[in-house]
Amino acid sequence: MEIKTLYITVADAVSGLTVSIDTIWVLLAAFLVMFMQPGFAMVEAGFTRAKNTANILMKNFSDFAIGSIVFWILGYTLMYGDDIGGFVGKVSLFYSNDAVDGVPGMASLLFQTVFAATAATIVSGAMAERTNFSAYLFFSLIITAFIYPISGHWIWGGGWLSQLETPFHDFAGSTAVHSVGAWMGLMGAWLVGPRLGKYGRNGEPKAIPGHNLTLGALGVFILWFGWFGFNPGSQLAASGEGNAMAIAHIAITTNLAAAAGALTALFGTWILYKRPGLSLTLNGALAGLVGITAGCDIVSPGGAIIIGVVAGMVMLAAVPFVDRILKIDDPVGAISVHGFAGAAGTIMVGLLATDGGLFYGGGAALLGTQVIGVLAVAAWALGTGFILFSILKYTIGIRVTRRIEEEGLDVYEHGETSYNM
Amino acid sequence: MKKIEAIIRKTRFEEVKDALNEAGIEFFSFWEVRGVGQARESRVYRGISYDTGTIERVLLSIIVRDINVARTIDSILKSASTGEIGDGKVFVSDIMESYRIRTGEMGDESLYIKD
Repeated sequence: MEIKTLYITVADAVSGLTVSIDTIWVLLAAFLVMFMQPGFAMVEAGFTRAKNTANILMKNFSDFAIGSIVFWILGYTLMYGDDIGGFVGKVSLFYSNDAVDGVPGMASLLFQTVFAATAATIVSGAMAERTNFSAYLFFSLIITAFIYPISGHWIWGGGWLSQLETPFHDFAGSTAVHSVGAWMGLMGAWLVGPRLGKYGRNGEPKAIPGHNLTLGALGVFILWFGWFGFNPGSQLAASGEGNAMAIAHIAITTNLAAAAGALTALFGTWILYKRPGLSLTLNGALAGLVGITAGCDIVSPGGAIIIGVVAGMVMLAAVPFVDRILKIDDPVGAISVHGFAGAAGTIMVGLLATDGGLFYGGGAALLGTQVIGVLAVAAWALGTGFILFSILKYTIGIRVTRRIEEEGLDVYEHGETSYNM
Repeated sequence: MKKIEAIIRKTRFEEVKDALNEAGIEFFSFWEVRGVGQARESRVYRGISYDTGTIERVLLSIIVRDINVARTIDSILKSASTGEIGDGKVFVSDIMESYRIRTGEMGDESLYIKD
C-alpha cells in the first residue's frame, strides 16, 4: 500500500472513532440528564404532602412526555435553527437530520430534549399541591415548544446574547435552563396563590412539612449524579486531549460546588436556626450545582468552591425572602435554588472566569454581559410566565377548588392515591 | 371489674409491659395515639419554627378483676415514670359486663384462664 493511501485510511478510521467516542459521550450524558427527571420527581414528592403525591408524580411524568414530543416537533429548531434577527431560530417541523456535525443530529436532539424537559419540570415544584392538572399540561407544552427554545436561542442557538462583543457565557444552563424554569415558576406560584394554611391571619408564614424527606434526599442524590451528565456532557465531545481535559475539569468543578453548597447550607442552618436542617441542606447542594452550571468550564476548582458557597448563601437568604417578603409559596424552594442561586452563579462567571473574569484581571466586560444575560432572560421568563399563567387563570383556571385542595389532589384530580394502607 | 387506661411514653412501653406481666396481667390492648399536652416538641422546617403541639404516646387498655386493680396501677406508676413532664396518666372506670367469645363465660371468669 502506498503511504498516501495508508494515511487516508488511518485518518478516516480516526475520524470515525472520534465521532463514535463523542456520540457515546453525548448520549450517555443525555441518559444521565434524563435520570434527573426522577430526581426532581422524588424531591418534589418528598417535600410535599402525602395527599398530593400521585399528582406531583403525574406532573413530573407528563411534562417529560409532552416536552419530548413538542421539542422534537418544534422547539429544537426554534432554538437551534438558522438565526433570524438574533431572536429565534428558523423552524423546520418534525426534526430529522442524518448529518454528522461533531455528533449525529439525532444525538444532539436527544441531549437538548432532556435539557428542555429539565426547565419545564422545575415549575411543577414551585406550584405544587394546588395547581390544576390540565393547566399544568398546557403550560408544559408552551414552555418546551416556545418559551425555553426562544431564550435558549439567544444564548446557545446563535442569538443576540451570543453575538454581543463579549458573548454571554452560560456553559450548561444556569440561566438558559434553570432560571427560565424558576422565573416561570415564580410567576405561576404567585398567580396561583399560596396553599391553604400557608399564611396565618397576620400573613405570617407557616411550616407545611414535606411528607418524606427520605425521598427528598434520594432525589437530591439522583440530581447530583445526573449533573455529571448535565455539565460535563455539555462539552458535547470527549475525543482528544482537549475534550478529555475539559470534561474531567468540569466534573470536578461541578462536584466541588455541590459539596460547598451543601456545607454552606448545613452550617448556615446551624447558625441561623440552631440546628443543621436536612431539607435546606439538600437545597444547598442543588444551589451549588445550579450555580456552577454556567461557569463550570472556565472557573478553577477554588472558584467552583466560592461559587458553591455563594450559591448556598443566596439560597439560604432567598428562601425566607420568597416566603416572608414576596409571600410566594414555593413548597420545594425551586425559585430560590434554580432562580436566585442560578442568577448568582451566572453573574459570578464574570468575576471568576480564569480567562476574562474581573478577579483575574479580565476587566468588567464579561461581568456586564453576564448581568445583561441574567436580566434579559429573567424579564423574558417572568413576562411570558405572567401572560401564560394569566391567560390560563382566566380561561381553564390554574387552581383546584378548596375542597380538592383540602382533601388532596390525588383523589379528585386522578382518582388514585399514592399510599393505600 | 375495672377498666384501667394508661397513657404512657412510647419509650417506656417495654418496661410497662414487663411490669404488668410480673404483676400477673397477661392480656391487654394498646394503641399508638397522639394528643396535646404540656410536653412540647419544637421543630424548624425550612427556617420556619413550629410547634408540633401533638405528642405521641401509647394508650393501654386493661380490663382487670377488682382484686388486681391496685397492683396493676402500682406497677404502671412505677414502670412508666421518668419524673419529667409528659409521663402520662392512668384512668380507672367500671366495666358492667364481660364475656369470653369462645366459651361464653362471663364476668370475672372471662378475664383469666383457669388452670
